Amino acid sequence: MAPAQRRGVAGVTLMAGDTAFRTDQLWRRVAVAAPYLWLLVFFLAPFAIILKISLADPIIAQPPFTQTFDAEGDFAGSADNFRFLLTDKLYAVTYLRSVVMAAAATILCLALGFPMAYGIARSDATTRSLLLLLIVLPFWISFLLRVYAWMGLMNNYGVINNLLMWIGIIEQPIQLMYTDFAIFVGLAYSYLPFMILPLYATLERMDLDLIEAAQDLGASRTRAFWDITWPLARPGIIAGCLLVFIPAMGEYVIPYLLGGPEALLIGRVLFDEFFVNRDWPLASAVAIVLLLLLVVPIVLLQRNQAKREEPAT
Amino acid sequence: MKDFIRIRGISKYFGDFAAVDDVSLDIAKGELFSILGGSGCGKTTLLRILAGFELPTKGTVEIDGVDVTNQPPYQRPVNMMFQSYAIFPHMSVAKNVAYGLQKEGVARTDIEKRVDQALDLVQLRDFAKRKPDQLSGGQRQRVALARAIIKRPKVLLLDEPLAALDKKLRERTQFELMNIQDELGITFVVVTHDQEEAMTLSTRIAVMEQGRFLQIGTPLEIYEYPRNRFVADFIGTINTFDGTVQQIDENTLVIDSEEAGTTITALGRHDVVVGQKVCVAVRPEKIFVGKDEPDNSEDTRVRGVVHDLGYLGNLSLYRIKLVNDNIVLVSSQNRRRSASRFLEWEDEVWISWRPRSVAVLLE
Repeated sequence: MAPAQRRGVAGVTLMAGDTAFRTDQLWRRVAVAAPYLWLLVFFLAPFAIILKISLADPIIAQPPFTQTFDAEGDFAGSADNFRFLLTDKLYAVTYLRSVVMAAAATILCLALGFPMAYGIARSDATTRSLLLLLIVLPFWISFLLRVYAWMGLMNNYGVINNLLMWIGIIEQPIQLMYTDFAIFVGLAYSYLPFMILPLYATLERMDLDLIEAAQDLGASRTRAFWDITWPLARPGIIAGCLLVFIPAMGEYVIPYLLGGPEALLIGRVLFDEFFVNRDWPLASAVAIVLLLLLVVPIVLLQRNQAKREEPAT
Repeated sequence: MKDFIRIRGISKYFGDFAAVDDVSLDIAKGELFSILGGSGCGKTTLLRILAGFELPTKGTVEIDGVDVTNQPPYQRPVNMMFQSYAIFPHMSVAKNVAYGLQKEGVARTDIEKRVDQALDLVQLRDFAKRKPDQLSGGQRQRVALARAIIKRPKVLLLDEPLAALDKKLRERTQFELMNIQDELGITFVVVTHDQEEAMTLSTRIAVMEQGRFLQIGTPLEIYEYPRNRFVADFIGTINTFDGTVQQIDENTLVIDSEEAGTTITALGRHDVVVGQKVCVAVRPEKIFVGKDEPDNSEDTRVRGVVHDLGYLGNLSLYRIKLVNDNIVLVSSQNRRRSASRFLEWEDEVWISWRPRSVAVLLE
C-alpha cells in the first residue's frame, strides 16, 4: 500500500516536472528563433529581392525592371549588370575611394576614440557617467542637423576660416567645404561614439591588476599597454572598427552635404542609380557588390578571432 | 644578520587619511615575513609601496642596501603575486611565466629552460600550453607563483596568497610555499588577514592596525606574549579580565579583578606600580577545568558552572559561567577515550591557571 502510493506520488511529480521542462524548452526555442526570424524577414528576404532585381534589365515601366523568370518559370535574367560594373572603371574607382575614405575615418575614430574610451574607463564612477552622457548626447540632435552644423563651421567664411584669419595664420579662406577632407571630418565626427562605446565596454571590464602585474615583471607603462591593454581590448577595437567602417562605407548624407560634386562615393552612386537614372537593376548590383565587399572581410576576421580563442593543444 | 629590507618612517596619506602611518621595519634575508591585519589596516598599501605601485608620502625603502623608494615597479628587484593572481588571460601558461624573462631580454633558449624549471617547481609542466581559463583555482595560483619567482627576485611579495583557495588546498599550498621559499632562498613578504596562515607560514609577523604596527615578533611571541589587547584578541581566542595591581613581590604580581571575581597571580614584572589598571589575558587552552578544587596555592582559581560545551573530537570547548555571570572560554584536550562526556551542562566546576600562563597587558 505504502510503496504503491509513494510510486504514484513520484509519478505525478515526474510528469509535472516533464511538462515544465517541455514549456521551458519551447520558450528557449522561441527565444533563439526570434532573432533568426527577424533576420530572415528584414534582411534575407530583401536581399533576395535585391539579388533578383540585380539580374534583370531596366525598362521604362512600373516596376522599372524586367522579370527574372518568364511566364514558363524559366530563368530569364543575366549577369550583365555585374559585367558592366566590372568593365566600367568608374565603379571600381568609386568602390576603392569609398574603402579608403571609410578606412581613414575608422583609423581617425580609433586614434581619437581609444584615448577617450580609456580615459572614461579609468575615471571615477561619477565623472564616468557624466562623460558617457556627453558621448551619447549628440544623438539627441538630428544627425542631419549636426552635419549641417559642420557646413557652417567649414564654410569659406565659416567659424574655422574666420578664426584662422583672425589669428592671422591665413590671409585667404582655405577651401574646406566640398572637399574629401570635409567628408573625412564629417565621417569621423559622426561615427566616433560608435567607436568609443564598445571600446569603453571592454576597457572598463579589464582587470587593472594585469597592467600592474606586467609592470611588476619588468614592463614599462608603454610596454604594458601594448602587451596587455591593447590585445585585451581587441574585441572592442574590432567591434568599434566594424561599427564605424560599415556605415561609413555606404554613407550617403555626409558626402552629399559636405563633399564636392566630383566626390564620388559608392553610397552616392547607389542613390543616383536608383533615383536619378532609375536603373534599379544596376543599382541593385552595386548594392550586392557593396555587401560582398563588407561581408567577406568580416567573415575572415571572425574566423581569425575564433582561431585565436581556440585552446592551444 | 644584516637587514635586507629596511623600511624607515613610511607614511602614506590618501587625502587626510593615513593608510600607513610612520611605519619602520627591518626584514632579514631569507625571512618569510607576514604582515597581518584586518581589512583597511594598511597592509596592502604597505605591500604596494614595497612593489612600487604607490609612492610613500614620507619615508624610505631600502632593499639590499639600495634605496628603491622612487624606483618604478619595473626596475625593482621585487616581484609580486597578486591576490587576484592577475594571470594574463590572452597568454598560455608558459607565456605568462616567460613574460618577466622576455622583458628582461633573456635569450630564447634560456627562457625555455627556466620556464620549464619554474613549472616543474610548481608541478604544472603538463599545463604549459593551456590557457588560463582552462585552469582550476589552485593551478592559477601556482601559475602566478611560477611567474613571480622566475626572475629570481630578491624579494617576493604575496598579497593574500591563499585567500582564494578552499581549506584543504590552502593547507597543502601553505607547505608548498614554505618549501619553495626554502629552496629558492628568496625573502617573502606576505600580506594576510588570516592569522592561522600567518602563524604557520611565517618566521616573523607584524600585526597591523590603523596604519601602524602593534607588535612585531615570531608567531610564538605574538601568540604567547601579546603586547596589547588588540593583538591578543586578533590572534586566536583569549579571555581578558580588567583589574588593578594590588601587590608586587619579587616573583609575583597580584592583580585584583572584579571581572574574574578573584585575585589573579601573574609572574612579577617591574614596569607596573601598585594601583595601576591592567588587563589580564589567559588563553583557553591554558586553563584547567575540573570538578575538584585544585590544590596548588599559586594558581588562580575560580568557581563556575558549565554554561555550554562543544565536543570537537580532539578538543572540547567549554563556556564556563562564573559566579558574577562572566563567561570564560576553556578548551581541553580529550586525552582519554571515554564513552561519556567528562563534563556535562550545568556541572559545577573549578577553573584554574598557572601564574606563568597569564599575560598582563598594560594598554
